[in-house]
Amino acid sequence: MMFDRPARRKYFSHGMTILTGLSIVAIMVPLAAVVYQCVVLGGSVFNLDLFIKGLPYPCTPRQGVTCQQGGLAVPIVGTLELIALAALYSVPIGIGAAIFAVEYAGERASARIIGMVADVLAGVPSIVAGAFVYALIIIYDPTIVFSTFSGSIALSVLMVPIVTRTCEEALRTVPNSVREAALALGISRWKTTLRIVLVSALPGIVTGVLLAVARAAGEAAPLLLTLGDGCAHPLQGVTQEGCALPLWIFYGATSPYQNWINLAWGAALLLLLLILVLSIASRLTLDRMARRMRGE
Amino acid sequence: MSPDNPFPPPTSQTLRRVSKWGDRFFLVLVLLATAAVVAVMVALVAVLVYGSREAIESLGLSFLYTRTWNPTGNVYGIVPFAVGTLLTSAIALLIAVPLGLGAAIFLTQQAPGWLRAPVAQLIELLAAIPSIIYGFWGLIVLVPLMRYDVEPLLSKYLGWTGWFGGNPIGLDVLTASLVLSVMAIPTVTAISRDSIAAVPRSQKEAALSIGATDWEVTRRAVLPYARSGIIAGIVLGLGRALGETMAVTLVIGNRNAIPTSLFSQGQTIASLIANDFFEVANPTEVPALLEAGLILLVITLVINIGARLTLARFQAGRGVGAE
Repeated sequence: MMFDRPARRKYFSHGMTILTGLSIVAIMVPLAAVVYQCVVLGGSVFNLDLFIKGLPYPCTPRQGVTCQQGGLAVPIVGTLELIALAALYSVPIGIGAAIFAVEYAGERASARIIGMVADVLAGVPSIVAGAFVYALIIIYDPTIVFSTFSGSIALSVLMVPIVTRTCEEALRTVPNSVREAALALGISRWKTTLRIVLVSALPGIVTGVLLAVARAAGEAAPLLLTLGDGCAHPLQGVTQEGCALPLWIFYGATSPYQNWINLAWGAALLLLLLILVLSIASRLTLDRMARRMRGE
Repeated sequence: MSPDNPFPPPTSQTLRRVSKWGDRFFLVLVLLATAAVVAVMVALVAVLVYGSREAIESLGLSFLYTRTWNPTGNVYGIVPFAVGTLLTSAIALLIAVPLGLGAAIFLTQQAPGWLRAPVAQLIELLAAIPSIIYGFWGLIVLVPLMRYDVEPLLSKYLGWTGWFGGNPIGLDVLTASLVLSVMAIPTVTAISRDSIAAVPRSQKEAALSIGATDWEVTRRAVLPYARSGIIAGIVLGLGRALGETMAVTLVIGNRNAIPTSLFSQGQTIASLIANDFFEVANPTEVPALLEAGLILLVITLVINIGARLTLARFQAGRGVGAE
C-alpha cells in the first residue's frame, strides 16, 4: 500500500528534496563557468583601447614578437547601428499589432490568432530567419544582400514577436475602467489608445523593447547569412557590408591568432555586460509598474 | 452658457468628424502592423520555397532520403544532418529534462521563499546569454575537458555499449549535446515552473491530509495535474535545441556524414547552413542549403504549434477547474 513504512517514505522524500536541490546546483555550474571565463579572460583586455581602437593585425605572440591588443570600436558601432535600425522597424510593428489584438480584437478569435502567430514566430530558429532574409533581399537587389541593412531586417524578424507579445500583456493590464472613463469624456478612441492606454502601459512596453534588444544584440546566426564582413575598416554605410560583436566573436574564436581570441573574450564580456544591464533595466521598469498598480 | 467662455465646447459635429477620420486612420495603421506580423509568418515559408526552387525541382524527394552531401557531384541529401539534429537534441533533452524539471520542482515546492526569486532570475539569465558565448566557452573550456578527461573514461567503462567508440577528440556529437542541454534547461524549467505553480492549493492539501510525504504530494498530486504544461515545456525546449546554431557549429566538428558514435564529428541542419554558406563549392549548393533551412523551419513550426496548442488547452482547462 501507499502509506505503510512511514520511516522509509520519509527518508525517500528527503532524498528527493536533496536531488531536486542538487539539480539547481548542477544548472548553476555552467552559468558560473561561462561568466567566470568571460570576466577573467575578457577582463584582461578590458581597457579604454577596447572601445576606441580598430581591430588589430592578427598575430600570435612568440619570441621577439609582441602583438597589438587592438579594440572593438568597429563591431561596437556596428552592433549599435544594427539594433537601432532593427528597433526602428520592429517596435512600431510590434506595438501596432499588439494594439490591434488588445484594443480592437479584444476577446475575439483574431486576438488569439495574433498571439499564436507571435508565439510561433518567436520559436523560428534564428539561422532560418537569416536564410529567409538572404533569400528575400536577393530577389530585390543582390548587391545589398550582405549589408547592415539586410542584417537589421533579419534581427527585426526576431524582435517583432517579442515586442508584440510583451506589449500585448502590458496593454491587458490596463483596466477597462480607464478606457471607459476616457471615452465617456468624449475623447476619441485613437486618442484614448495613444494618450491614455499606451501611456499607462508604457513600463511594460519598455520592458518588451529592452528584452527584444537584448535578444537581438547577442544573435550571430542570422547575421552570418546577411551581414557580410565589413570589420576591417570603419563602417561605410547601411548598404555596405557590416560588422557586429556576436559575429566577430565567431570570427575571433575560430581564428588561430592569440590576440584575436583574447579580443573575442573582450567582446563576449561586453555582450554579457550589455545583456545584464538590459535585463536589470527591464526588471526595474517592471517593478515600478507593479508598484504603481498597487497604488504606491 | 456665457458668451465670453474662452473654451467653447466643441459642437457634436466637429467632434464626430475629427474622431471619425482619426479613428479610421489609426485603425488602418494598426491593421497594417498586424498584417506585417502575419505576412512575415507567411513570407518565411513562401520565400524559402522560392529560394530553394532549383534544388526542389532538380532533386525532388531524393533530398529527403539521400545520405550524402556532395556539392561537386551535385548530390544533396539531408539525412546526415537530420540524424545529427535529432541525435544531439535527444541527448540534450535526456540531460535537460531531469535537471530542468528537478529545478522547477525544487523552486516551487521545497525552496525557502527568499531563495525562489533570485534563483529563478539566475536561470532566466542562463537563457539570456547569447549562444555564441556558449559556443566559444564550449570550444575553449569544454572541448579539452571532454577530450582529455571525460571521454577517455567513458570509452574505457562504457565502450562496450558501442555508443562511445572511436577516438575521443572532444569536437563531437556528445559535446554539442552537452552545450545544447545547457541551452534547453531554462525553457524546460520556466514553463514547468509556471505549470506547477498553477496547481491549486487544495490539490496539495488533500494529499497532505491523508498523510502523504512531501515527495508523494509532488509525485502523485502536483505533477499529474501539471502534466500537459510540463510536456509543453519539454517540447518547447526541444524546439530551442533543434534550431540552435552557433553553439553547435563551434563544437560539433562539422563533418557532413552520419555520426557513427557519440564521439564522431557530425553536423546538424543549422550548423550545416552556418558552415557551408560561405564556402559553397558549387552555385547549386545555395538553393540546397535554403531547402535545408525550409525543412528545419517546418520541423520547428510543427513542434511549436503543437506545444502552444497543448499549453493553450492546459490553460483553458485550468480556467474551468478554478470555477
